[in-house]
Amino acid sequence: MSGLGRIFWKEVRELLTPATLVPIIIMAIVFAMLGSAFGGIQEEMEEKAQVGLIIDDEGVIGDFARASLNASTTIVYNGTDLVEGRAMLMDGEAGDALIYIPYNFTSNLLGGSPGWVQVFYHMKGTGLSSSLDSGKVGGALDTLSTDISYAMIVSNFTSNATLVLEPMVMSSTTFLNDKEVEGVTPSQLDAVLSQGQFIVPLIVMLVIIMAGSMVISSMGNEKENKTLETLLTLPVKRTWIVLGKLAGAAVVGLIVSMIYMVGLGFYYSSLAGTSEIDLEKYALALGIEDYVLIGISLFLALLCGLALCMILGIFTKNYKAAQSMTLPITMLALIPMFISLFSDFASLPGPVQALVFAIPFSAPMFAISNITLGYYWLVVAGIIYCAIFAAATMLLAVWMFKRDILLTGRVRSAEKKKFALGGLVSNLWRK
Amino acid sequence: MAAITVSGLTKDYGHFHAVKGVSFEVDEGEVFGLIGPNGAGKTTTLRVLATLLEISGGSVTIFGRDLKGEAPAVRKMISYLPEDAGAYKNMTGRRYLEFISGFFTPEKDPGQLLERGLHIANLKERIDDRVETYSKGMTRRLLVARALMIEPKLAILDELTSGLDVLNAQEIRRVVRAQTQQGTTVLLSSHNMLEVELMCDRIALINDGRIVESGRPKELKEKYGASNIEEVFVEVVK
Ligand SMILES: Nc1ncnc2c1ncn2[C@@H]1O[C@H](COP(=O)(O)OP(=O)(O)OP(=O)(O)O)[C@@H](O)[C@H]1O
Ligand SMILES: [Mg+2]
Repeated sequence: MSGLGRIFWKEVRELLTPATLVPIIIMAIVFAMLGSAFGGIQEEMEEKAQVGLIIDDEGVIGDFARASLNASTTIVYNGTDLVEGRAMLMDGEAGDALIYIPYNFTSNLLGGSPGWVQVFYHMKGTGLSSSLDSGKVGGALDTLSTDISYAMIVSNFTSNATLVLEPMVMSSTTFLNDKEVEGVTPSQLDAVLSQGQFIVPLIVMLVIIMAGSMVISSMGNEKENKTLETLLTLPVKRTWIVLGKLAGAAVVGLIVSMIYMVGLGFYYSSLAGTSEIDLEKYALALGIEDYVLIGISLFLALLCGLALCMILGIFTKNYKAAQSMTLPITMLALIPMFISLFSDFASLPGPVQALVFAIPFSAPMFAISNITLGYYWLVVAGIIYCAIFAAATMLLAVWMFKRDILLTGRVRSAEKKKFALGGLVSNLWRK
Repeated sequence: MAAITVSGLTKDYGHFHAVKGVSFEVDEGEVFGLIGPNGAGKTTTLRVLATLLEISGGSVTIFGRDLKGEAPAVRKMISYLPEDAGAYKNMTGRRYLEFISGFFTPEKDPGQLLERGLHIANLKERIDDRVETYSKGMTRRLLVARALMIEPKLAILDELTSGLDVLNAQEIRRVVRAQTQQGTTVLLSSHNMLEVELMCDRIALINDGRIVESGRPKELKEKYGASNIEEVFVEVVK
């Protein structure tokens, strides 16, 4: 074999180890799952919007509007009473939105002024998928407006260009979690809510990756510089060594991510001025106790991340190996972060929910949307899960610190497996 | 009371038997040397005694404490110098000694420990430079100082003078011998037969995970009619 070939094979064999392949395979599986989950949203998009309809107008344009909406939406509720209609909508029996066309719709238009339409939206979740539903309703209403313009032009009804271009005035109200937010569509509300919701997952991800890689590198350094043996023979409990390393990394990680947050804070404060919706007014802003819950959740997720990294760090051989060991943790933090941008927890398909919940970093990432949507029990369940997960992984890390594996690595056991596999194969061969 | 009692100690790495039933005793205040060829199991034995590796079989007591059940108590009495140890690179030599001495409060006065450490390391003004900039021998001196400054009841020294030049090695040997006057028991390993002869009250020859001969250097030389321990070693291993 040529020199080039020898070096090539040496590199390939060094790089193609289970440690590098397994995270990539897991990622591929996760993306495949996500693909099918969001494929579901795609299909949903192609379906028509489901709406409830109340038309008090008995004129021609009222009938025309009914026909137009009938073609562009699926009408799941047809009523006459607005109070009853609103109750149906809140109970989820009138689809994504209730469209109300008042008695004077036709007469207004005939009199040369635009017709007034009121739309009540039922917002089920936050994130991209909730905006899609209201977007479809908006689309159907746009179609109605275009249909009316078209009819006016064809029938030569008026030469008032303003009226032809804009025959309808709409007012929107959004019901979110039995709160009524006037004058906004779910997409607008979601845009405001997500300004806050977007930043938390990002921060969680940053803190975990920062602090986690610090723990792993610290272990890599101890092994590379041969300081670990000395440390382990000092009269200090292994538990304190583990906790000391975790606490050190947590503090440094928090400081580093605080610096990032200040930067992001400037970015967001420049955005905040553009929002017209006052969340306080609708009791959608977070209270002190909500921030406490989010804080606890964040802290526990950080502990989980650090303890997981400590376990990975036990297997590292040196500083270089430590760098690639952070990959699985980064992946675990990225998955729920991306998902949280698309959807809130409750709106996710079952298998994705299970996956997201199992990742301990998800809890704080979904905390704000869960609180906004009133799913406090999900936040608490996440906190309990994280606490158990953190305790278990830390105990495991301390236990591993007392075992030979910390100093000897897994050289021999890997060999054992190879022998076992070899034996199995040769046995099968003989048969 | 015996400082160390090792009986029937075995240590396996997975399927590989590195130490295959080793027994010896070291008296208090004695300097005891383990000598043997590469891969004989010296480091493995010392790591077990230093509470770093789990015992596969047999038993070890150190000053009456059972190594298996009372590792924390053992750690309070011992000081282990690994064969190829390092120090934290971004600390200065002084800071490193300070860092270590802090672990021995409140039983010992950290200021006093540091004083002794600085004296043994004898790195002059370089003690305030970062460990990163030290030569191999300088790092070794720092680590020896780290191990001896705490005046342990038992010092476990793996390849004490590895990487040191003749003068430095001699100086360090003198420091270790002086330490035994203060009541420290020393267990060391070496390939250097001359060093062993100079330092040890008693030695054990270890080969392939077993002790093949042990005794006082003088008696061993007489027994095999050899002029130095190297010849004894060749004779025994043959
Ligand atoms: N982490 C490990 N995993 C597997 N085998 C090991 C490990 N450490 C040591 N060994 C094996 O145990 C045997 C004894 O090694 P040890 O380091 O105790 O020898 P030694 O007497 O100190 O040698 P040297 O004089 O070269 O330092 C060797 O065969 C070695 O290959
Ligand atoms: Mg050795």
